[in-house]
Amino acid sequence: MAQLIRELFVRHFDNDLLRQANDQAAFDVSAGRMVVSTDSHVISPLFFPGGDIGSLSVHGTINDVAMSGARPLYLTAGFILEEGFPLADLEKIVRSMAGAATDAGVPVVSGDTKVVERGKGDGVFITTTGIGMVPGGVNISGDRARPGDAILVNGTIGDHGIAVMSSRENLEFETAIQSDSAALHGLVADMVEAVSTIHCLRDPTRGGLATTLNELAQQSGVGMRLREDAIPVDPSVIAACELLGLDPLYVANEGKLICICAHEDAQRLIEVMREHPLGRRAAIIGEVVADEQGFVQMETGFGGSRMVDWLAGEQLPRIC
Amino acid sequence: MRYVEEFRSQDLALKLARTIKRECDPDRQYNLMEFCGGHTHAIFRFGVQDLLPENLRFVHGPGCPVCVLPIGRIDNAIHLATEHGVILCTYGDMMRVPASGRKSLLKVKAEGGDVRMVYSTLDALKIARENPHREVVFFAIGFETTTPPTAVAIKQAQAEGLKNFSVFCNHVLTPAAIQNILESPEVREMGPVTIDGFFGPSHVSSIIGSRPYEFFSEEFQKPVVIAGFEPLDVMQSALMLIRQINEGRHEVENEYTRVVSREGNLKAQALVAEVMELRRSFEWRGLGLVPYSALQINSAYETFDAEKRFEIPAIQASDVKGCECPRILRGVKKPTDCQLFGTVCTPENPMGSCMVSSEGACAAYWSYGRFRH
Repeated sequence: MAQLIRELFVRHFDNDLLRQANDQAAFDVSAGRMVVSTDSHVISPLFFPGGDIGSLSVHGTINDVAMSGARPLYLTAGFILEEGFPLADLEKIVRSMAGAATDAGVPVVSGDTKVVERGKGDGVFITTTGIGMVPGGVNISGDRARPGDAILVNGTIGDHGIAVMSSRENLEFETAIQSDSAALHGLVADMVEAVSTIHCLRDPTRGGLATTLNELAQQSGVGMRLREDAIPVDPSVIAACELLGLDPLYVANEGKLICICAHEDAQRLIEVMREHPLGRRAAIIGEVVADEQGFVQMETGFGGSRMVDWLAGEQLPRIC
Repeated sequence: MRYVEEFRSQDLALKLARTIKRECDPDRQYNLMEFCGGHTHAIFRFGVQDLLPENLRFVHGPGCPVCVLPIGRIDNAIHLATEHGVILCTYGDMMRVPASGRKSLLKVKAEGGDVRMVYSTLDALKIARENPHREVVFFAIGFETTTPPTAVAIKQAQAEGLKNFSVFCNHVLTPAAIQNILESPEVREMGPVTIDGFFGPSHVSSIIGSRPYEFFSEEFQKPVVIAGFEPLDVMQSALMLIRQINEGRHEVENEYTRVVSREGNLKAQALVAEVMELRRSFEWRGLGLVPYSALQINSAYETFDAEKRFEIPAIQASDVKGCECPRILRGVKKPTDCQLFGTVCTPENPMGSCMVSSEGACAAYWSYGRFRH
């Protein structure tokens, strides 16, 4: 195990704090508001178009930290390996994770590894924790949406979920769709700098855009009205969803954020987002309305209206 | 997405809406039943009702294959997985459907049962080939659309001499159920059914053709329009039904000409006829026992019939007290008339068949439309 840690983890994640070789990483922070977030990553398959469990575990936690408006500083990582998991695959995952952390400028400074018996795990599980500092004057929270606010998204939805599904063993279909897995803190920094009074930020991961909007509506005690035509979806994601009987509104994303801000700030934010590589297709997709019941409604592209409900359980393909 | 977007055009929808409004007689009610869950889904997902006059009401029929499967048959399937230790393969939307004792195939899987979701009957065959020492049962459900693939799998299994593959057959037939909606002892007790016309199924009709509805429309003097599953198909078909009703006609018309012919898919029909035969009677959740409304594997292929290979008891699980599904499925009541709707019966905890999948009337009302109430 010591050899594994030295030759694999320390080698790839290499940084000053890790090299201290203590059971913890010690560092100084400036005074201010700090955020911490943790996320466990389990995914099948481990490697998918546009990413793998390694890069995903870095992006996922950076994004959770960044959705407070914070600048992520450090990550820690916990690995649970199933006995017999191929070392070559593990190295590929660790290398990808280290690359993602380096690209994001957020080092992995502490970690832990455990091995469980064969059959007691599913290859590898990775838990990452991140900490970050919130710039002064920024107060972003899921309970701050107000009637009249604008709802923004930074690009096309559903890419990650469809990319992962396309590579599942029993469902391989040919598609050029890549996961959107990405660290969003750079985009968030630009947005917060332009408009420090953003009300809510959240990344619509599992359960998709629909589930996250319902969460925000409930947390803030408001309703929402969306315009289906305004929601960006890649045509190949639409096609895959049609074939599988899925609704892109409920398909997972790993490089998307929902932003809720005052109506008058929306245009400025859209401009800033579109200047960033991860926000080229940013769009205003709807508005917050007063509604005690917290319903998310949508004007359909067909000209009717409907509710966009919470997802009950997992989205399963329809046969008919 | 080409060939789909064209049938979702808002401009065309608004034009059609104006024509429908002009031709609807404001002094009468039009109650149009869409039999298929696919139509129900389209109507709610696209908000079609918003574009139509108030005196045109959609009555949501029993054409959702997972909704109508009686609890007893799901109990049987669970029994196969837990007691006989088979690998049970089925389609995705069957996984969550509640069985007795709050069980479902998803829960059985979580408890260690070998239940596998497949996208095609051929996936089930593949699993059988890869596991020669295990019994593999395909839990076959659905209307005429999903029956030919089951027949193909059985024929393929025979050709390959696959000894460990069998089918638990639950395929049901549309025309028998439509007829039952208008004519059954229960209906007479419920009072007059006020359905003025029917949207005929799209995918089902691509297999069976439009001819099987001709007897029905003549016998019950009700117009039928075979309708595609896109929202413009639904609106165009509504207009065709309104015209028939206004003119006192009761014919089978075909709006879905890009797929459906009068004769249907003769090759698929022959395939099904070779492998399966009519059941004398089959229980439908919400409708009860419906004569000659389902298929079973015939004697020539009985070695692939899970009901012959395993002991499968007939379980009659009764529907929940207070559930209005039987009346809702026949258009006598609306989901919102049911006391259980949205209180104890929700998509997360469905009590009646109409709440089971998003294609069921109650689930569609709840998930897509409850802001209206």
